Amino acid sequence: MSASPAMLHPELLAPDDAESIHRNGRRLDHAEGVSKPLRAKPEPQPRGAKVHGNRPIDQAEAAARFIAAPEHEKMHDERLWDLRQKRDRQMHGIPEWEELRSLASAIKAHTLTNLDEYLDQFEANARSNGVVVHWARDAAEHNRIVHGILKDHGAKSLIKSKSMLTEECGFRPYMAAVGIEVIETDLGERIQQLDHEDPSHIVVPAVHKLRTDVAQVFARTIGTDPDNSNVHYLAESQREATRPLILAADAGMTGCNFAVAETGSVVVCTNEGNADLSANVPKLHIASIGIEKIIPRLEHLAVFVRLLSRSALGSPVTQYTSHFRGPHEGGEMHFVLVDNGRSARLGMAEFWTSLKCIRCGACMNTCPVYRRSGGLSYGATYSGPIGLIIDPTFNRHKYTNLPFASTLNGSCTNVCPVKINIHEQIYAWRRELVKQHETPFVKKALMKTMGELLSRPAAYRAAIAAADVALAHLPRFVIYNGLNAWGKHREMMHPPKQTFHSWYHANRGDKR
Amino acid sequence: MRIGLFVPCYIDAFFPEVGIATLELLERFGHEVVYPRDQTCCGQPMANSGFNAECADTEALFVRNFSGFDYVVAPSGSCVHHVRANLDAIEQTLEVKEVRARTFEVVEFLHDIQKADAFPWAKFPHRVGLHNSCGTLRQLKHAAPSELHEPFFSKPMDLLSKVEGIQFVTPARPDECCGFGGTFSVFEEVVSTKMGYDKVSDHARAGAEYIVSADSSCLMHQQGCAERIGVPMKFIHIAQILNGASA
Repeated sequence: MSASPAMLHPELLAPDDAESIHRNGRRLDHAEGVSKPLRAKPEPQPRGAKVHGNRPIDQAEAAARFIAAPEHEKMHDERLWDLRQKRDRQMHGIPEWEELRSLASAIKAHTLTNLDEYLDQFEANARSNGVVVHWARDAAEHNRIVHGILKDHGAKSLIKSKSMLTEECGFRPYMAAVGIEVIETDLGERIQQLDHEDPSHIVVPAVHKLRTDVAQVFARTIGTDPDNSNVHYLAESQREATRPLILAADAGMTGCNFAVAETGSVVVCTNEGNADLSANVPKLHIASIGIEKIIPRLEHLAVFVRLLSRSALGSPVTQYTSHFRGPHEGGEMHFVLVDNGRSARLGMAEFWTSLKCIRCGACMNTCPVYRRSGGLSYGATYSGPIGLIIDPTFNRHKYTNLPFASTLNGSCTNVCPVKINIHEQIYAWRRELVKQHETPFVKKALMKTMGELLSRPAAYRAAIAAADVALAHLPRFVIYNGLNAWGKHREMMHPPKQTFHSWYHANRGDKR
Repeated sequence: MRIGLFVPCYIDAFFPEVGIATLELLERFGHEVVYPRDQTCCGQPMANSGFNAECADTEALFVRNFSGFDYVVAPSGSCVHHVRANLDAIEQTLEVKEVRARTFEVVEFLHDIQKADAFPWAKFPHRVGLHNSCGTLRQLKHAAPSELHEPFFSKPMDLLSKVEGIQFVTPARPDECCGFGGTFSVFEEVVSTKMGYDKVSDHARAGAEYIVSADSSCLMHQQGCAERIGVPMKFIHIAQILNGASA
């Protein structure tokens, strides 16, 4: 099979990267795409967090399984770190980068502060463009509304582009239950759909999969050769299998990156052109829009477009930036504006700025915990740093462990193009969840004891002395048992002969 | 100046030489350095886990111990960050605010307050990899982090450059977190140690003999990781080098 660059998944391209251009001007694949498999039998793909109803997700457990699959972990870490480095190079090409971030953050702050006004303006302008506008209070209402529109048109199949909002709404399972076929058109999202797995990243949904994993999924679902994991072969096979479904679909659906109040139009940014297919091939186009996606004017879009793809993939701009303004002749366009917890979040003093998020995924790419855990370990629609601060707004109990899956290193905050103070919100969520008694009893007891000990100098001194003795004299097997989380994968500290405290007493005893 | 020496709990217990180096270093610059005997901790371990109410008594004790000094200096970035940014479980009286504002990490004290321009007693003829802990890098702003578009600066490197014979090596991911993260190191121990393995391996590949840092907590974690996977690496606190430690 010939490897024309046009056939490559755009995420495998590095449009800005001079080193990756062949002598003949063609681009190189991402290294993983052309490398030889490491061994004959591929490493099985680690699966995500175990979900048991409303029980708290154990992110650490799922992350440990991801790390136990070294080929996956290494590829994932390096692939996303590569995106982070490309982002840095793009940033250095824009002298006014920090100014752009401040501007974007301020535009979002202003819009969210006057959200009701801008939503009204958006709705009025969209209606005058001939768009039917719907309002959905929550996920269930969103799904019912979309189902209603499809029923009115007798639609049995729907092609759609990637939308985190529809993931949030559990849209595909709902449609499956009412007998409507949904076909994802984003390559990564399609892989995840065929594998019955959630997206693991908001921009590159199948980034946790090796191409050998994709070969297995496609062999099972669209009949490719299970032993052929050539990326060109896989991409082309998927295209051949999906294109007829796209051409025959009754309706199309897109998400929305930006909803412009002044024009009543919706802007969708993609790299594969799949949103354009979804919106333009069928006569009926439905766009699902989170109410926080509003920006006031078209001129503001320029600020965000300059930041979005540079932050996300380290490319100057997405391949397609499509504006949808009104229905085709003889067709219909519907906008569904969805709240689903957003207006409640807007009222949370410490957390409302998380609504500024433009879903670029830069915080995930830079997060050292995310890169080593895989997005599915979070067991939630949104993973990585932004997930840690958004997920608990949907369900404090189920996602109570997530804000603890962070070292609070702050890299996420520094890469965020709209300057959300992500790591400070993670810290604030920890306080919030403890206040609401959402932390395990053992942890609570430990912290209470520590607090009591550390506030009583004499008791503390006695405990320190005992700990030293224990570390120095206990046999190794007692320290390195299953209960000792420090010593499982790390050596213990080497206790000194004396503490600083006793050194000071012995050497500077005359002082206070 | 009259300086209160804050020796964080884990330094007291596991790295007394770091406390001693800080004490001697400050004395070399002619300060009167006092170590309040009743000190324990700043409250950070509980606060970072979300247990703010449980910090109150510890924080109150901290303020009692360190009230009235010209400056409070500690060889630990994350503890200083806690005191300055998050010590808020107790009523914010004038005394509390004073103590919080006067608390400095030893590198920033030497760089910004002392404006130290020479360490003639120090010699360190070794290849070192500098580990800026996340607390010092992104909270106390010791240096320009790689994520931001801003001119390069590094306070720890400014100071270390004045030490005779020192050579710097640069790892591939110079300011990636090492995975310690306080209680994260035990509650998420697998991810934590994987990050630690990657960090020490990165420094080893760059040719470092020593990893030097302003945070012994990161070093404690990295040392445990290096020893477990057999990376021959030595670890030293920046105060020890500046105070003239030979190796």
